[in-house]
Amino acid sequence: MSLSSALETGEVSRLPGRRDEDWRWTDLRGLLKALPPRSAGLPPEELEAGAFDALGDDIRILAGGAETQAVVVDEDVETTVVLRFLSRAATSLQASVTLHVGAGAKLTVYETYEGDGSAYVTNADLRFEIAVGASVERVVLASDGEEGILVSQAGVKLGAGSAFSQTIATTGARRQRLETTVEHPGAGAEVRLDGLYLLAGKRHADLTTTVRHLGVDGSTSQLTKGVVRDQSRGVFQGRIVVEPGADRTEARMGHHALVLSDRAEVDARPELLIHADDVQCAHGNTIGALDEEAIFYMEQRGLSEVMARALLIGAFVSEVADRLRAPGGRDVVQDWIAEHMEVAS
Amino acid sequence: MLKINNLHAKIDGKEILKGLTLEVPAGQVHAIMGPNGAGKSTLSYVLTGRTGYDVTGGSASLNGEDLLGLDASERATRGLFLSFQYPLEIAGVPALTFIRSALNAQRKARGEDEIKAPDFLKLARTQAAALKIDFDMLKRPLNVGFSGGEKKRMEIFQAAMLSPRFLILDETDSGLDIDALKIVSEGVNAMRSPERSMLVITHYQRLLDYIKPDRVHVLAGGRIVQSGGPELALELEREGYDKYARAA
Ligand SMILES: Nc1ncnc2c1ncn2[C@@H]1O[C@H](COP(=O)(O)OP(=O)(O)OP(=O)(O)O)[C@@H](O)[C@H]1O
Ligand SMILES: [Mg+2]
Repeated sequence: MSLSSALETGEVSRLPGRRDEDWRWTDLRGLLKALPPRSAGLPPEELEAGAFDALGDDIRILAGGAETQAVVVDEDVETTVVLRFLSRAATSLQASVTLHVGAGAKLTVYETYEGDGSAYVTNADLRFEIAVGASVERVVLASDGEEGILVSQAGVKLGAGSAFSQTIATTGARRQRLETTVEHPGAGAEVRLDGLYLLAGKRHADLTTTVRHLGVDGSTSQLTKGVVRDQSRGVFQGRIVVEPGADRTEARMGHHALVLSDRAEVDARPELLIHADDVQCAHGNTIGALDEEAIFYMEQRGLSEVMARALLIGAFVSEVADRLRAPGGRDVVQDWIAEHMEVAS
Repeated sequence: MLKINNLHAKIDGKEILKGLTLEVPAGQVHAIMGPNGAGKSTLSYVLTGRTGYDVTGGSASLNGEDLLGLDASERATRGLFLSFQYPLEIAGVPALTFIRSALNAQRKARGEDEIKAPDFLKLARTQAAALKIDFDMLKRPLNVGFSGGEKKRMEIFQAAMLSPRFLILDETDSGLDIDALKIVSEGVNAMRSPERSMLVITHYQRLLDYIKPDRVHVLAGGRIVQSGGPELALELEREGYDKYARAA
């Protein structure tokens, strides 16, 4: 049973947990013994400016107890939508957004999860319906509070020749799952699914993706990078399935993490399940530490140890920001990296 | 300038430097030669503050200031520079970005203003041209995929950019081709000045034909066992370290 149905029924005993294969590293059942009351929304005067507000044509606030919204982008229209999910004051939020993107349209979605310091529970469901030849770039910044619980699940359906590009950047939460499921038609459609986690304290973040290639000539490119310190825990589950007949699929998956302390942890499960011939698939997964020799070398040139570490970590993660296409979004993500580098180093 | 007195240092419980004494006055270039494993790189690491070494006795000072109590970046800020025997690769950080960060960190620590971007670029172009370094190479991550010789050349480029007061060159000549050896030596010689001293660690007399030392020392068994003028290097070239191996 999903978190969204638990929020609907108030029934927490069947939440996903340790024994569910796909949730074994993100246990909700063991954590959530009761659900906080529904949020009644946020008084407008408490609303501060969001990181992406200046870039949006249409800004949607999702803060009420149960929110359902639809974004419709007509054929060949180019637009930018900002979705702000606000979690506040020991409440729960269930929000659903459907985004219909017409043929040939171009949509940029900037999505933020903004939490306060309380123990809230937020569930967001997003559905992207992307028509033929349309393109969507989705940029997600998750800035949850350390007591917050967030599950965000996005389902993506793509038309022929369309493009879906995503970058998720997160500092984690008490427990946090950011999941994306893509039905890939092949047919010249292109998918990019990138992620970035910078975790400290006791925070947890889970970036899970599933891409199912259903037809010939599709491509998926994936790069996730993470840095964990203190007692934090990063989870990466990336699954790419190439169904029978989905020939000439090109899929590339990379997950690379730096573990900066003995008590921090990264759990990674990259999976390529290939049932077709003539495909080009590759994946790489590395988990390492900062190179202490390199740090001495940098200190010998006059950089303090803190600066040396920050420079190496920044170089490590900025590869993800560099892959962003929307220039405004790229700047915001780069600033976000710079801002969280101190925490991460 | 540099004064080392009766220095003892251990790594992993094993004593490598066993009472090393050496003085390099301002403006001078001294060479250190010695057999493999004698402790030459260890000396350069202990002086520059790499962690993992246990200094069990003796002292080392630069311009009268004790070095051993400072951390590595503080020593660098005081003007100590090591050209590494094996330079490290710094993934994802373009060479120029790295050098500018280092230069500004040093200036800041000394209470100076940051260098202005145009001034920095101008300096970088001049020094790169002198060392025949393709400017595009400076945009690549530092040392990543560079050849052995290119890395050594980049070390001297960094020295020229950071303008240290004391240079330690640890086998800067190894890996350099014949032309590069000449270019790099000229770069080093251009840095010679009455206010700057150098310690040149090498196995080959040939480097000392280009960079003429004031003194030559033999390091064997963790100590300086012999010192002399430039002619000592020629003698070592002929006779090897046999007699010092026995002495050590
Ligand atoms: N971690 C370590 N534990 C034990 N011995 C070590 C350690 N690191 C270095 N040594 C030893 O210290 C000795 C001195 O090494 P060093 O690198 O200083 O020699 P060197 O004089 O620079 O030699 P070369 O001419 O080959 O560069 C060597 O015998 C080496 O094996
Ligand atoms: Mg050596």
